[in-house]
Amino acid sequence: MGAAIQRDLLRFATAGSVDDGKSTLVGRLLYDTKSVLADQIEAVQRASVDKGLATPDLSLLVDGLRAEREQGITIDVAYRYFGTPRREFVLADTPGHVQYTRNTVTGASTAELAVLLVDARYGVVEQTRRHAAVIALLRVPRLVLAVNKIDLVDYDEAVFTAIAKDFAGLATVLGYPAEQVITIPVSALVGDNVVEASANTPWYSGPTLLEHLESVPVTSPELDAPLRIPVQYVIRPRGGSSSDAAGRPAEHWGDLHDYRGYAGQVAAGTVRPGQEVLVLPEGLRSTVTAVDTADGELPSASVGRSVTVRLADNLDVARGSVIVDAAAPPTVTDQLETTVCWLSDQPLRPGARLLLKHGTRVTQAIIGALHDRLDTDTLTLSVPERLEINDIGRVSIRTADPLPVDDYAVSRATGSFLLIDPPTGNTLAAGLVGTPLLLSED
Amino acid sequence: MTQVGTRFDALDALESEAIHIFREVAGEFDRPVILFSGGKDSTLLVHLAAKAFAPAAVPFPLLHVDTGHNYPEVIDFRDRLAERLGLRLVVAHVQDWIDDGRLVERPDGTRNPLQTVPLLDSINEHRFDAVFGGGRRDEERARAKERIISLRDAFGRWDPRKQRPELWNLYNGRHAPGEHVRVFPISNWTELDVWRYIQRENIELPTIYYSHQREVFRRDGMLLAEGPWGGPGAGETLELRTVRYRTVGDGSCTGAVESTATTLDEVIAEVTASRLTERGATRADDRLSEAAMEDRKREGYF
Repeated sequence: MGAAIQRDLLRFATAGSVDDGKSTLVGRLLYDTKSVLADQIEAVQRASVDKGLATPDLSLLVDGLRAEREQGITIDVAYRYFGTPRREFVLADTPGHVQYTRNTVTGASTAELAVLLVDARYGVVEQTRRHAAVIALLRVPRLVLAVNKIDLVDYDEAVFTAIAKDFAGLATVLGYPAEQVITIPVSALVGDNVVEASANTPWYSGPTLLEHLESVPVTSPELDAPLRIPVQYVIRPRGGSSSDAAGRPAEHWGDLHDYRGYAGQVAAGTVRPGQEVLVLPEGLRSTVTAVDTADGELPSASVGRSVTVRLADNLDVARGSVIVDAAAPPTVTDQLETTVCWLSDQPLRPGARLLLKHGTRVTQAIIGALHDRLDTDTLTLSVPERLEINDIGRVSIRTADPLPVDDYAVSRATGSFLLIDPPTGNTLAAGLVGTPLLLSED
Repeated sequence: MTQVGTRFDALDALESEAIHIFREVAGEFDRPVILFSGGKDSTLLVHLAAKAFAPAAVPFPLLHVDTGHNYPEVIDFRDRLAERLGLRLVVAHVQDWIDDGRLVERPDGTRNPLQTVPLLDSINEHRFDAVFGGGRRDEERARAKERIISLRDAFGRWDPRKQRPELWNLYNGRHAPGEHVRVFPISNWTELDVWRYIQRENIELPTIYYSHQREVFRRDGMLLAEGPWGGPGAGETLELRTVRYRTVGDGSCTGAVESTATTLDEVIAEVTASRLTERGATRADDRLSEAAMEDRKREGYF
């Protein structure tokens, strides 16, 4: 057993407003997939009894920090892991009310799917719109709306249908095709339609939440995009190790004196031997001669795979360079039009001098004009004097070095960046090249 | 949607993520080090590091904070692996800190909590600026909120309220002089992933991870072995049992589990069926209080 099982990995995020039962839903997913082990359940049962509860409070499985337990709230993004025979899941559980943009952006930045929660009694509320807007901005490919506490509206189909329709409208405004959105009636507390199909909702014929998570195609828009590999590190064995990871002697690699490989993770597209590439921003042209891994050469490598690329020419390539498809290179520019999600207590003003991290390069940046601010409640734009914490706005940025950038909508890995505060090193903003969320101006 | 190239399953994705993290740190930090105990998670780390930089050598040394409460087969394994990969091994002996008075032995004789000071002293002495650890977010609730690259102040402290948001795979490891980062390349792995990968890659582990005969005594529901740290107390008796270890730690508080699993297949079958997390089952120091791990992390422990 074991070796024969080949399961893929789905990374997804959950977001919801206060008291809509997200911790309970996550606890339910972990509990019903038997991802919670005896000692953790015992700890939760003890804590539940201490709190005077009649049944185990599954939310206690996921509230990790002491301050969170004391205040009964979730402060920070937490990562959860569970698996079924079909798939493994990495769940970024993003709390809703404190620093919601920061948390939602963080969770959404690595997610292939997002589960939004609403309370069936209240339906789509302001915070649902906010979370959905941020998730859409970050280009999370798929949306699930879990209409929770369906038991509290007596499993009323009409209530569910109205919420589903409301949400479908919102998703359309945010640019989601209908086939990438699903709405599911659930009760995290009772367990309806989370893992097991519920007899209480005979009018619902769709999948349970887990069935959907297990079967939804894992898609990455970057798969069909042109090749991008940010160079992380140049591998040049000097003397080298006496054997490699698998214990094979170094001769396995042939003559290493001339070996020069560019290590990086494929950020978009596919790399193959024989491919014509450019190295940017240097603008050098070459051909891929080999796609190496420690296990041997690959005929090709796609998005997500860490490889070491060898090129036909001896070029001056270093960390910070990007290897790209020669036929479809990105724009190389020091003038960026961007959308930034501001995550810091100190506001952003025009003229600010910051550091910008794009791919594997850090460069200096000066903030230019602030064009507009997105009101995530009303999905309208206004002109700001500065960006405050949780604000999302369009900003021009000038960089000290030219950067090979793609529109975030085309390639998340080469269209994203961080803004960093030089004195403290703190991350101030999540940046997206271009305007990934196209909304009409009111 | 096109699917090109060879298959890319969950373990491949986790491996590529870990390799990416190793390479980022190699590119951005001056003096990284891998914390290496000879246990399965740190052995996995070293294996992944070797793959990340092949065919060159791993560009970091190894650091072991040695409680002195070891199993000889683990120390032997540790030394052989470091030698095979040609890596420098720095050992900080907790005993040295006790001998010169910087640390005082605890009444219960357990040395896991004493590792923090030698770890921080070694980081300062060698000016390590990035310290790789084998921590996983599935191990414990406080770890679920840990970053992959986690900033520590000059006292090695973790402040959960001041963590930087970690976006995409753009890691921000900027730090002031005297500060350092802890790096967790296998954050997103589960215990089962670790075992399946060890099997797939045929990674050698210390023999104590497999079933063997050992004299143990029962204390607080755990099976402890006799060693330099002491042995059975009043009312506790040694008996020969068929056991294996699920974690490698201070022998005074790391329990064995009864097991007949002698192969990786059998270990994986056992882990799959297991109803206890590895920490809950076998680490007395994590059971001290519900917030035990959070407290120790705040103090600079991993």
